[in-house]
Order: sequence, then C-alpha cells, then structure tokens
Amino acid sequence: MSALELKNVSKHFGAIQALNGVSLSIEPGEVVGLMGDNGAGKSTMVKVIAGNFAPSSGEIFINGSKAHFHKPLDAQKAGIEAVYQDLAICNNLSAASNVFLGREPVRRFGPVKVVDYGAMRRRASELFARLKSETRPRDLVRKMSGGQRQAVAIARSLLTDARIILMDEPTAAISVRQVAEVLNLIRQLSEHGIAVVLISHRMPDVFEVADKVAVLRRGKLVASKDASQSSPEEVTGLITGAIESA
Amino acid sequence: MNRPAISDVIDRSEHGGLISRITSQQTFWVLLAAVVACISLSLMTDTFATERNLFNVTRNFAFVGIIALGMTAVIASGGIDLSVGSTLVLSAMTVGVVMAAGWPFWIGAFAALSVSLLVGAINGVLIAYAKMPPFVVTLGMLSIARSLAMVLSDNKMIYEFGPDHDVLLWLGGGSTLGLPHPLIILLILAAITAFAFRWLRWGQHLFAIGGNEQAAVLTGIPVNLVKVSVYMFCALMAGITGVLEVGWLGGVTTNLGQAMELSVIAAAVIGGANLAGGVGTAFGAVIGALLIEVIRNSLILLGISTFWQGTFVGSFIIVAVAFDRFRQSRSAP
Repeated sequence: MSALELKNVSKHFGAIQALNGVSLSIEPGEVVGLMGDNGAGKSTMVKVIAGNFAPSSGEIFINGSKAHFHKPLDAQKAGIEAVYQDLAICNNLSAASNVFLGREPVRRFGPVKVVDYGAMRRRASELFARLKSETRPRDLVRKMSGGQRQAVAIARSLLTDARIILMDEPTAAISVRQVAEVLNLIRQLSEHGIAVVLISHRMPDVFEVADKVAVLRRGKLVASKDASQSSPEEVTGLITGAIESA
Repeated sequence: MNRPAISDVIDRSEHGGLISRITSQQTFWVLLAAVVACISLSLMTDTFATERNLFNVTRNFAFVGIIALGMTAVIASGGIDLSVGSTLVLSAMTVGVVMAAGWPFWIGAFAALSVSLLVGAINGVLIAYAKMPPFVVTLGMLSIARSLAMVLSDNKMIYEFGPDHDVLLWLGGGSTLGLPHPLIILLILAAITAFAFRWLRWGQHLFAIGGNEQAAVLTGIPVNLVKVSVYMFCALMAGITGVLEVGWLGGVTTNLGQAMELSVIAAAVIGGANLAGGVGTAFGAVIGALLIEVIRNSLILLGISTFWQGTFVGSFIIVAVAFDRFRQSRSAP
C-alpha cells in the first residue's frame, strides 16, 4: 500500500493553474526527488500535501484511505510533517528544547508544572542516535552546523511518529560536508520506513539519495520514474521542456 | 581510524569547567564591575560605606531591580515596554487615592495591582493581536497612564493614607533583620522570575518567541497569549514597585517614576538582556540595577553634578548594546 497517493490533483488560484492533474504515489521508505523550475508548482504541491491548501480537484490517499486536510494540523495528525530549515529553529535554545518546542514534557509538583529537561534530553539523544547524527541535546543550536540544525528539525518530526516527511531545499546554502550529513539523515529516515519528499534544485544531491525522481513543469507532472532509469541530463531536459515527457 | 561510538559523542557535554562557564557570562563581569566600584568608593570616600548610605543604595536599587525583572521578560520575548514609569505612578496614585478615601491597605494594593495588570493587558493585546509595534504602543501608554494618574489625583500630592497609613509606610520604608523591605521583595521576586524563566513552559516559550517568533508560531506555541502575559508581568512588577515606593516616600506626586523606563531598560541590558530578543536572566537584571545605582550614588558622593546622571545611564545602554554587537560580529560564522 502506498504511504501517499495523489490522484489527479489540481489546484488553481483564480485563473492561474498551479497544479494540473498530478498523480503520484510514494511507497513507505521511498525517497522522491521533486524537481522543477521556479514557478513549476513544487511549493504548491508540497503545500497541498502538508494541508496548507486544499486541492481544487482530485484526491489524496494516506495508506489507502482518503484524506481531507483543511489545515496543517490535519496533515500532521495523518503523519505528514514538513521540515523548514530556517523557519522553525530557535538559535537561542538548546537542541533538546528545539525538538520539544511547543510540546515540552512536564512534571507536576503540587500546582506547579515544571519542564522535564531530563526526559527531553534522553528522548532527544535517542532520536539523534537513530538519525546517526552527532548532535548534542544540551548544545545551543546557534553553534551548530547546517547538518546538525537539519537533524534537530527532523528529530522534531520524528517525535510525532511522522510517516511522510516533506523537505524543502534542505541542502541549499550549506557546505559540502554538511550536505553529506543531510543526505545521510535522509537515508536514515528511509531505512526506518519513512517516506521522504525532497525538493531541491541541486541535481547531484537528488540523484545521490532519491529512489524516484518526479519533475513538474508548468503545473504538470511530466515525469515520475526510478532514479536509476533516469539521468541528470534527462531531468534537465524535462525541467526546461527540451524533453516533452518521460 | 577508531571513531568513538555515536552515543558517546551525543552524550558528551561540550561545556568546559566551571570557571570558563562563569567567565563567559556577561553577568559575571558586571558583578565584578559593581564590586570593584563598591570597594574603590569605600576607599575614596568616607561616606559610601556608612550604614545610612548603604541602606539607601540597597533600597533605591531594589525599585529599579524589581521592574527590571519584568523588563527582562519583555526584552527576552523580543519586545520593549516604555510605559513602566507611568504604570508605576498610576499604581502609586491608585493605592494612595483608595487608602486616603478610608479603605484598608489590602484593598488599596489590590486596586493598584489590578490597574497595573489592566495597563499591561492593554499593551499586550495591542501588540500581540493588533500586531502593533511595541515601541509605539508603550510610548502611547507612557503618556496615557501618567495622564490618568493626574486625573485621578487632580495633580495633588497625597500624604495621608487613612487608617492603614502606618502599614503602607512600614511596607515600603521599614526593614526586617536589617534588610529594607523593598530589597527583600526584590530577592523573592527575582527567585520566582528565575524559576519561571528556567523551569516553566512559559519561560521556554517566551525565550522561543524572542529567538524566532515564526518558529514559535509554526510549532504551535500560543504566541499571542504568551506575549500578553509577558506585558502583564512587566506591568505587575511596575505596580508592585509603585505601592512600595509610596510607602518609602510617605507621599505620592504625579512626577514619580518619570524617566524611570530608561534606568530600567539600562539595568536589563547591562544585565545581559539582548534588545534583539531571546536572551536575558533574572539575576542579570538585579546585578544590572545594582551597578547603575552604585554608579549613580558614587556621582553624588564624589560631588559630581546630578545633571550628569542622564549622560551616564544613556551611555550605559549604548555601550552595552555596542558591546553585544561587537561580540556578535566576532562570533558570526
């Protein structure tokens, strides 16, 4: 059964057709590289999956059952988490605090509820170990590398037992070494049976981790095939329109 | 290569020894400056280390210190509150008017603190829900609250506080075990604030909002509610100080607390609160207030004109912020 299936999904804003009849299925543990030029509809597609926008027509299935998302929280409850690299991290807090931001465990002392830092650190340690990331729960995020910050953001989505993780440009604007760290994180997620949708402009990164490549052009899905059956050249052609579809 | 096991790396603490941890704190250096100032003043003048003067210093600094606790919370959440001096006088005038009308102390204090909380709630709602800049809202409130204090008292001095007159004066001007009451209250409130910052979800959330408000929103923190509570907390601190200061002075006029917001902001910033948000400690606020009061006191004792005080306090704010900029530009990756 597919972890996520889009059937003929369209989304228009007034006269603008942002997504046009997109059908795509993603299996558990599969890494899908979603590519396309600026304005091709990548962000719209991610926002439809994450529950920010309701599709104008078409259907979304999670584990075979039809989903109705009206807000991001609905999608989160269904196990879909979006990871925004810089939007959702507080530099002035520790890694553990960031992982638990907004859902801190507390211990009750009479009428006073006290944040349980010990439990937060232990759980965060487990998550970082699972991601094989050398991230220390007590350290401030300010001092961390791009890869470690990404690990913090991903650990947060693991906390809720996400089944599908959407990552928007996780490897933009970080160093080569850190890109390798982030790609490793994606592999770890995949090994734990979590499906990953990776949006990226960076062709080499996508081909390094993706099982499947999907290409959007002007709101239409022009390709969805095994990464091993495709090549960076073909994808470039698909993005620009030099190749009609594949 | 023999790599350490990943669990060891994760569990390893980066923090160095106790000494390096203490000396990396701005609060430590400010405390050191305050201690050095105290020692040199004791040596240079024969008036500083007198019991009378120290009693005055500790009490004066307590007033700034209590409000600086609230200001630190506001600044750490990424805001600013310019209306604390006016909230103070409105609270002082309320307790004065209510008690002068013959009501007991506790009703006067209750009314004063309620009025202060209301001022904070209005600030907070306009800032959080109407998305207005804190600077503008609290600047307006600075004018409104002082004006209301004038309306309330008809701009007259109040110095008769009805049946509980002595209770009020004892609370603000008395001492227990040699410690002035405002100082005792400062220490209690500082301990409560420090606890709340560190151990309550409220503290985590206000620091998260100051660090990255958008992240706080995305993770589902009730950002608007926390912001309102932070401004109410700050106003409550100003209100408590208002009640205490009436008791200390034995009378209240409408110019009480004028320009006090500047000393309070200076105390918070010197104590390590970052005007960009996300950083600040209760202990730092107390130490910052102490340093300002010691310097202010030393200017008087050394015979320097009090006209210079504003120059010093203003320079403190600028120097503290400049120091922070400098540190940031050095540690930027």
